[in-house]
Amino acid sequence: MAAEARTREQVARGSAPEAFGSFAQVRKVFALPGGREVVAIDSISFELERGKLVSLLGPSGCGKTTFLRIVGGLIRATSGQVRINGIEVEQPHDDFGMAFQQPNLMPWRTVLKNVLFPIEIRGGSAPDARTRAKELLELVGIAEFAGAYPGQLSGGMQQRAALCRALVHEPKLLLMDEPFGALDELTRMEMQDLLLQIRARTNATTMLVTHSISEAVYLSDVIVVFSKRPATIADYIEVTLPYPRTAALRYSSAFTEIEHRAGRALGIIR
Amino acid sequence: MNRRAHHWLYPIAGFAVILGIWQLYADLWHISKIVLPSPADIAWVSWQQWSLLLRETWPTMLESLYGFLLAIGIGVPIAVCVANSRVLNLSLYPILIATQSIPKVAVAPIVLVWFGLGLESKLAIAFLVAFFPIVVDTATGLQATPGGLLELARSLRASRWQIFWKVQFPAALPFVFSGAKVAITLAVIGAVIGEFVGSVNGLGNLLLSANSQLDGPLAWAALVWLSILGVLLFGAVALLERLTVPYAAAGYH
Repeated sequence: MAAEARTREQVARGSAPEAFGSFAQVRKVFALPGGREVVAIDSISFELERGKLVSLLGPSGCGKTTFLRIVGGLIRATSGQVRINGIEVEQPHDDFGMAFQQPNLMPWRTVLKNVLFPIEIRGGSAPDARTRAKELLELVGIAEFAGAYPGQLSGGMQQRAALCRALVHEPKLLLMDEPFGALDELTRMEMQDLLLQIRARTNATTMLVTHSISEAVYLSDVIVVFSKRPATIADYIEVTLPYPRTAALRYSSAFTEIEHRAGRALGIIR
Repeated sequence: MNRRAHHWLYPIAGFAVILGIWQLYADLWHISKIVLPSPADIAWVSWQQWSLLLRETWPTMLESLYGFLLAIGIGVPIAVCVANSRVLNLSLYPILIATQSIPKVAVAPIVLVWFGLGLESKLAIAFLVAFFPIVVDTATGLQATPGGLLELARSLRASRWQIFWKVQFPAALPFVFSGAKVAITLAVIGAVIGEFVGSVNGLGNLLLSANSQLDGPLAWAALVWLSILGVLLFGAVALLERLTVPYAAAGYH
């Protein structure tokens, strides 16, 4: 497939010093009970440029979340190489921040204390972190709920708090696993704009798993389209739409064109 | 405001109706006080003999409370072991369940032989009955830590110790309290069983001796005081729960 050739070309070109992350022939095989094996990821290779927002787009169950977890160091690849910022990823790193599909807030902690949880676990300057946590809550618009318990917040507000928690230790790499997947359409669009704002502010390299084509196009510098399991790269799309992106862009022909290309890579449209 | 009032009003009204019917039945049919004293008789004796009843309540309360606290002190650590070690889970759990199926009333005479007529034997029986719900509920709670929270902790490279104290244990607290609320009422029952089998004081002892002297109203008064003791101890645990797990009231669970 032409797309695959392009990816290989990207990798070959990727010896440029700017590369923040590089993934070479990443493969993941899960052992099933009864001795059977299932290949979740066949071979994924691409490079991640510093400061870029990359979406992993693919059908559900295709292995994109597995790939994200490998990048985050939560699980290990069966073979292949995963390097972030010059180090081989074998376990989670202090420079990573993770946000999950569920907010995963602790119901017994106030919003502020939830946001400060990573600092508490890793150690770090508490007064500084407190100030930063409050700034982040301000940025996502839930500063007045700092003292509230998560149970008192709506789903969208909980996900905002979870985003603050992922950012509180100023990660160099933000990994997000369908963070807006559980939200309704309007909240989702609001959160996408918020993510773009945050990203403009923090400049963190971001990798985001999604199964929404329009979300991937709206947010990303680069879309890596995953094929069905076992996952390979179906297409590598550089989204040339300028930032800052606004809602009007969603209805432009350039936007739709990229959506079409992604759709073709997914096999939805011919 | 209105809903809160209903919350109190309905049970009180229901209670009043039952007491009214009981009183009428006892008065109109001239039921013997030995068989079934009327609510007024019981209230009168409770008022007349309040210092005796209070004096006998004290040891029963201590027996229940100490047994309960001992059950917490031993039960929670055992639950932690069972929940975190596969070996201990497999080897201890069946034993726990087997011991639970032994009727505690049948064990009481043996415990009495071991610990004598004093507080210790009652404490031991209260402990035995309160122990099981605490272990089971705490272990369940510790094993039911939401996977997402564990994943989060792992993504932050939290140590085992941090995961236990900052994630697993607080997540299990609502379960610990639901076990504790069952356990505290069982502890009172355990203490009374102990007093029935052999004792020199306590409400169970008073009930038994009043009954043997055919003093129906006093026996019933002891029963009422026992229920009040049970309700108060339960209330104390529930209050502690609200103070320790305030988020539960904020819409969680």
